[in-house]
Amino acid sequence: MSKVQVSTTINGDAVSYLCEVDETLLDVLRDRLGLTGSKEGCGTGDCGACTVTLDGRIVCSCLVLGAEAEGREIRTVEGIANGDKLHPLQEKFLEFAALQCGICTPGFLVSAKALLDHNPNPTESEIRFGLAGNLCRCTGYDKIVRAVQAAAAEMRKG
Amino acid sequence: MRFEAPTTVSAAVKLLAAKAGARVLAGGTDLLVQMRTDRVAPDLIVDVKRIPALRTITAKAGAFRIGAAVAGAELGEHKALRKAWPGVVEAANLIGSHQIQSRATLAGNLCNASPAADSVPALVAAGASAVIAGPRGKRTVPVESVGTGPGKTSLKRGEMVEAILLPKHPPRSGDAYLRFIPRSEMDIAVVGVGVSLTLDTKGVCTAARVALGAVAERVILVPDAAKALIGSTVDAKALERLAAATSAACRPIDDKRGTKEFRTRVAGVLARRAAEIALKRARGN
Repeated sequence: MSKVQVSTTINGDAVSYLCEVDETLLDVLRDRLGLTGSKEGCGTGDCGACTVTLDGRIVCSCLVLGAEAEGREIRTVEGIANGDKLHPLQEKFLEFAALQCGICTPGFLVSAKALLDHNPNPTESEIRFGLAGNLCRCTGYDKIVRAVQAAAAEMRKG
Repeated sequence: MRFEAPTTVSAAVKLLAAKAGARVLAGGTDLLVQMRTDRVAPDLIVDVKRIPALRTITAKAGAFRIGAAVAGAELGEHKALRKAWPGVVEAANLIGSHQIQSRATLAGNLCNASPAADSVPALVAAGASAVIAGPRGKRTVPVESVGTGPGKTSLKRGEMVEAILLPKHPPRSGDAYLRFIPRSEMDIAVVGVGVSLTLDTKGVCTAARVALGAVAERVILVPDAAKALIGSTVDAKALERLAAATSAACRPIDDKRGTKEFRTRVAGVLARRAAEIALKRARGN
């Protein structure tokens, strides 16, 4: 199998890599680039643990080929904090204990950030539907929804 | 395995025609799952998302041309399309999560040829057609002639769907799609029903199309169900006849999602409810 040479942008940085044709973006991020924040849950696009943004839209990186990323703009959970300063969503996830085992958390953060970027003042129902592509088997979702509401309120204050 | 991302349809067709084991990659939400589970092992993957004409929705004199690589989320964001064909857009947007909507396409849903595909009954009801490009040029066919059985299409080697065409919506028309799933979101249809109808100025139905998903080996158009509506004011009696004709057309299988009896009965119920929504929309147009 011949490898594919890819140049792309990840969290604002220009990145180049070689990958196999059938290698997913998730595997590229984790195994070639050391960006292990994105997690593999199901590997079939059902759980959302591998959520990243591709040209501004959330996608399951397990359903994207590494080869497809040529010239695109990717953002992962590693790009959410500003240096050492956590994003309000990350702060509120900690404060509200919106995680237990933590496997789903990076995907939830990426999806929640995309949701709030699009809709700064979502209702509870909009949050639940907006995050419906992310599964959590620990929290029962309630703490996640509350953390997102609190982060949204904080971000609206500016 | 090789990866190519051509920028023209003719280059894509040339690549697809040259390799028997070539597969088109649009949104990838079916193909990558099939590759991962070893159901397909393509020799060549042709990513069609770099072809500009495949990435756009164009409206012309009330009709729409939807490029084969346009994602579900983009359909939902297109106001004019949503207004003209709400049933089609709702059906497409029912597929998977927001993550899936960022990628999944109408053409992909059609060519994956699942009998339970959500967008296909809505497209068939809408009278949509598919523009197919191939080594011998282009042909335009009704959407219902693309899927022939589970995972099987009428596309020949080297052919690919380039666009989905939706006709101009006549005045006083409405469409709707409903499906039954045991949960509120993100599941595969146990039954899916698309209905499109047109009224005259007196409120009499002059044209209708009814299409069913997940009750046969492919999505089916049911002319008898449409006949139950045509000539009526879509009153209770006509809706009853519609439900009966719809159920009569079902030839489902038993599987873990539902029994034959359940699917057959629910198809009739959903047809009635979808017709009621389509009627309301037609009256508002």
